[in-house]
Amino acid sequence: MRIAPAHAVLSAALLLGIAACGGSDSGGGKDTGGAKDTGGAIAVEATDTECKVSRTEAPAGAVEFTITNKGTAVNEFYIYGEGDRVLGEVENITPGLSRSFTVQLSEPGTYQTACKPGMKGDGIRGDFTVTGSTSAAGDTDAKLTAAVTAYEKYVATEADELLENTEEFTAAVKAGDVAKAKSLYAVARSPWEEIEPVAESFGDLDPRIDGREDVVDDGMAFTGYHRLEKDLWKDGLQKDSSAIADQLLADVLQVVAKAKAVELNPLQLANGSKALLDEMATGKVTGEEERYSHTDLYDFAANYEGSKQAIAALRPALQERDPELVKAIDARFAALDEALDAHRKGDGFVSYTDLDAADVKALTVALDAVSEQVAKVAGVVAA
Amino acid sequence: MTEQGGLTRRGILGVGAGAALTGAFTGVAGTYAARRAEAAPSPAEAADRYDPAAPVPFHGAHQAGITTPAQDRMHFVALDVTTDDRQQLISTLKAWTRAAERMTAGAEAAPGGVVGGGPYGVPQDTGEAYDLEASGLTITIGFGPSLFDDRFGLADRRPEGFEDLPAFRGDDLDAARCGGDIGIQACANDPQVAVHAIRNLVRIGFGTVSVRWSQLGFGRTSSTSTSQVTARNMFGFKDGTNNLKAEDPAALAEHVWVQPDDVPGKAAWMAGGSYLVARRIRMHIEVWDRTNLQEQEQVIGRTKGQGAPLGQRQEFDAVDLAKKGTDGQPAIPETAHIRLASHEHLKGIRLLRRGYNFTDGSDGVGHLDAGLFFIAFCRDAAKQFVPMQKALASKDALNEYIEHNGSAVFACPPGVRRGGYWGEPLFS
Repeated sequence: MRIAPAHAVLSAALLLGIAACGGSDSGGGKDTGGAKDTGGAIAVEATDTECKVSRTEAPAGAVEFTITNKGTAVNEFYIYGEGDRVLGEVENITPGLSRSFTVQLSEPGTYQTACKPGMKGDGIRGDFTVTGSTSAAGDTDAKLTAAVTAYEKYVATEADELLENTEEFTAAVKAGDVAKAKSLYAVARSPWEEIEPVAESFGDLDPRIDGREDVVDDGMAFTGYHRLEKDLWKDGLQKDSSAIADQLLADVLQVVAKAKAVELNPLQLANGSKALLDEMATGKVTGEEERYSHTDLYDFAANYEGSKQAIAALRPALQERDPELVKAIDARFAALDEALDAHRKGDGFVSYTDLDAADVKALTVALDAVSEQVAKVAGVVAA
Repeated sequence: MTEQGGLTRRGILGVGAGAALTGAFTGVAGTYAARRAEAAPSPAEAADRYDPAAPVPFHGAHQAGITTPAQDRMHFVALDVTTDDRQQLISTLKAWTRAAERMTAGAEAAPGGVVGGGPYGVPQDTGEAYDLEASGLTITIGFGPSLFDDRFGLADRRPEGFEDLPAFRGDDLDAARCGGDIGIQACANDPQVAVHAIRNLVRIGFGTVSVRWSQLGFGRTSSTSTSQVTARNMFGFKDGTNNLKAEDPAALAEHVWVQPDDVPGKAAWMAGGSYLVARRIRMHIEVWDRTNLQEQEQVIGRTKGQGAPLGQRQEFDAVDLAKKGTDGQPAIPETAHIRLASHEHLKGIRLLRRGYNFTDGSDGVGHLDAGLFFIAFCRDAAKQFVPMQKALASKDALNEYIEHNGSAVFACPPGVRRGGYWGEPLFS
């Protein structure tokens, strides 16, 4: 679930370069400002054994194909980029039928066309050359850059809040004020959970701050929030609770400094938004994270908020590339909001132990629906 | 009461002299087997020609997966619709239909679904069936009575009498294994292909539907075609010998397919469809296994070896409910399963059974959680399945060894035309 450091993934520059290829959807015919194909539609005659493409070269930009199925099997037509990546396709072309579609081929280079009689196999391939210079990619790049800036600001704000909350919480622990420490515990952790994909990416700091007793590596001590959780809710404060609190604060200080300096790229935002939802599905909605305090819904809500913030930052770019996806995500968010709101109590949430099996299922169902859509965001960002 | 002689039915017909040999047995074997042997290729011959990897056509007047020769494996899922948005439900049905057309042809759920989406895209097809053949995959959809409430404006389209099954004597139903707004049955000759189909449809449906329950079946228990040999259920008995068969269109029209006159007015969308009844029947395997052979055969009403009706010699010998044994008692006991389930006993009621053996591992006390996932298709569940199950529930000797713990009924619409979608007549 961790975000790899920026250099380990595609550099933002490379990423934005790829963005110029665009147009992976089928019949859209989107024109993002590329050069026009001047030769009209390219005719493709598909039979059960042949795939005749009338012209195998076009200038960079929007390219239109008209496919006619003269065979007996249901056919499909594909345009492949490097590594057999599908850049455009028309499916379900029944015998006798003609279908047109436009694909955005903005990068000069060699592509492949393919007919797939019977919808199966690698298809009948042919090379297709795109000439000229790279066509302009529109201003989506600028929107992605703005998304990164906005999200980095959000991370910095949450990091400050994490420090402030943890100072209060650890002070209560050190003062031996169990009731106060308990009341501050869940809220102190929330900013951590909001920016978890970033916060947990700094080596040993994550297990030291947020490790659970059963997953602490050999040779490492059980420390951090969950050690104090166990003390506060189960064992009572121990001799070393105060030292654990000091170490937690020191570790959080380090994380905050690193988080505020982090440089992200758009793909990391997309992957992070999904990683937070995955955390909710595997650790929070199951009640595993907060086994003593049962404040799992606070973590659930915080992960969710962090995921929403990343999507919000990407929204202008997504809106441009895939408005349908934005609509679907909004609808799924609304349903999960409703499911989660049912468990609010005062400023916070009910205990996980107050949820029955039907409540957990309702949250899981709404979360699955969100996740399935948010998982598509990275592909759109990288398109 | 055990089998006579050492010849199996497969053995007899397999030597290529089926008609002659069967003829020699006619005196005791009855005329049915002889007629079948003359009219059609023998089951063994037909079975040899059957290609378990080949695709089954998706489109047609009726949905596939009903009279299709029962495949070996099944994954069944019951879904709740979680949206109130009729358009969203229709969109999902359309997306499912496109994916089903592809998967039943042996293709990916979406074009380029496994690796065509690029390194940063999430694969649209989950990939576990990538290198597998179509494997006879059929995907059959049905709508539960609960779909016809006020959410989608379908209330006036509910066929008369289509409602949840009544409680039967001895039922031990678990609400978590019952009902559902939508049921989808995927059958294939490769288990991974069936699971892949349901997995991908569920995935497409996230946000529109949620899984209520699902069931895997690992072995067919019924033959739905004369080309198939009769399979055995988890009791070790041949099951479905006297089933309705695909080769008997008159019987299918009478007992399986909903006729236009059955569904007048706004329920007309169901003409050409069929009702699917599903029952999860847990067997008390360990108790059964320590029951002696005679008791087992008396409970079922057939011999365990050949599968012959008691009092007869061969599997396909006609069931003679009147025949008495040497002791003067009915050869097939009054409480025997096949007597109570027979169409003679039920005044002509018949069903197309298409069930699967299941084993869901073990229960908490070390017993096999196994049994029969009963599936039957019929023209009217209330007039066919309900009276049959009432008769069985009241005195079937088998009740000591089984427990019904799941139940559902679905209205399976007629087949899909090219370019159409599942349930299109219901929504248009």
